[in-house]
Amino acid sequence: MQRIEGLRIEGLTAGYGATTILRDVSLMAEPGRVTCVMGRNGAGKTTLLRSIMGQTARRTGRILLDEIALQDLPAHEVPRHGIGYVPQGRRLFGPLSVAENLEIGLMTRGKGASTREAVLDLFPRLRDRLTQAAGTLSGGEQQMLALARALCLEPSVLLLDEPTEGLQPSMIQLIRDSITRLKAQGVAIILVEQRVEAVLSIADSVAFMAQGQVAEVVPAMGLTPGAEPFRRYIGV
Amino acid sequence: MRPALLHIGVLAALVAAGFLLPAYQHGMLARILVMAVFAMGYNLAFGYTGLLSLGHALHFCAGMMATGLAMRHGLAAGPALILGLAAGTATAMLTGLLALRTAGVSFMIVTLMFAQAFHLTLLYYGGFTGGDEGFPLPSAARRLFGLDLTQAGPRYAVALALFAAGLLAQWALVRSRFGRSMIAMRENEERSRMLGYNPFTTKLAALALSGLYSGAAGAAYGLLFGYVGASFGTSQYSILPLLYVLLGGAGTTLGPLLGAGLMAWLIDAASSLTDSPLAVIGITLIVLVLFAPKGILGTLREKGLKWLP
Repeated sequence: MQRIEGLRIEGLTAGYGATTILRDVSLMAEPGRVTCVMGRNGAGKTTLLRSIMGQTARRTGRILLDEIALQDLPAHEVPRHGIGYVPQGRRLFGPLSVAENLEIGLMTRGKGASTREAVLDLFPRLRDRLTQAAGTLSGGEQQMLALARALCLEPSVLLLDEPTEGLQPSMIQLIRDSITRLKAQGVAIILVEQRVEAVLSIADSVAFMAQGQVAEVVPAMGLTPGAEPFRRYIGV
Repeated sequence: MRPALLHIGVLAALVAAGFLLPAYQHGMLARILVMAVFAMGYNLAFGYTGLLSLGHALHFCAGMMATGLAMRHGLAAGPALILGLAAGTATAMLTGLLALRTAGVSFMIVTLMFAQAFHLTLLYYGGFTGGDEGFPLPSAARRLFGLDLTQAGPRYAVALALFAAGLLAQWALVRSRFGRSMIAMRENEERSRMLGYNPFTTKLAALALSGLYSGAAGAAYGLLFGYVGASFGTSQYSILPLLYVLLGGAGTTLGPLLGAGLMAWLIDAASSLTDSPLAVIGITLIVLVLFAPKGILGTLREKGLKWLP
């Protein structure tokens, strides 16, 4: 994995077509730390991740991976700089097998068998399903595969959009364990998550979004499930 | 293992057919093999990359015209054939550069318009191209690697060699890394971009390969059957490979051959039953789309033969 100083978002204003969703967003993702992004539906969490991946129309602001200005790159070049993205809803290639889905991830940055083996070691269950069509996997297995495919890039920054949504508790734990391991390996992680207990168990800091802006960034340590920011921005 | 055996088995059966079939079916099968190469090219664009083109007659006819005109002006069959391959590839790349700026229905219309423009250009310069009437290739010039292509045996051998090379290359291609990226593009372009793939270059490369196959088929058709004409640039020749692929199974390696073969047999059989054979084909296709929209091999693959390539 390529060592980085961090991913820095500065004054980002972006949206879709003529509609502006994000307004003057600034955020930092550092290696070995999990930055959780929370907020109500429509606050701009997914748009933030999509903007980092170059999939929205940027008006102003910068997205810097060390000195690389990601905002100036075409969308397909962003992952080649080591930005892995696991979108909401998994978005696998359903008719392709597990092995083929991983292969597509590996090809992006020219990674080979050793990366594939390391990823499969993280998710041994996928090893038994290599020839199975991705669309026929269970929800939890599909989420594992989506994460595994992103890890095939050997990302230095990982963007996760509600990776535990709709999963059973055992799977949620497995995904969380994987995130903890990636964090220990020095990956900078931005995690969009709605579950307070999940955030508190793995986050280093929490960015609360409201109406397309980062309203507050607080350290996760010391936060409790009933803390004031959760009530104010999430309504719990 | 099973896909390899299937491909070898099909090729072996085709070799045997060359010795066993009576003269009429022999000639018909040679024609089917060449059209199957055209359909394989179309399959690379449509079946594997999801590009529904209505203008592949352009690449087929460009290959045929380049070869035919070159031979008419004294070039030997071998170099003329290579010129045909280059013409098919070049037209696919040039039209792709513009057409790929569109998608979906717009892509279909733009490709159709390019093919129509090419066809009309051939007619306009009929004095040079032979126009709709076309022109025959001199028999003496139709020799390739010492084989006299006016004779049924060598003609079938060359058609089979071209088909075998096309089939094996296609099989290797779709199993390669590039093949996976083509399929990823077909499944979801945005998802592919998110993983670091440039949709434009992947689709352009797929179109160029598709044009190469189409140009090869057009060039071989002219060379093997001795006739070249602008009538091969009509929209009918854009629809035919689509129908072959739909019938045999889009995104399957053997679907184009099956589709081309069945369609030829259907037309032949319907012609002896009715004065409107195309109506029979139309009804067959409606039934197919209603009950087996993935084509014959696509449906078989879905129903249990998951190993089908």
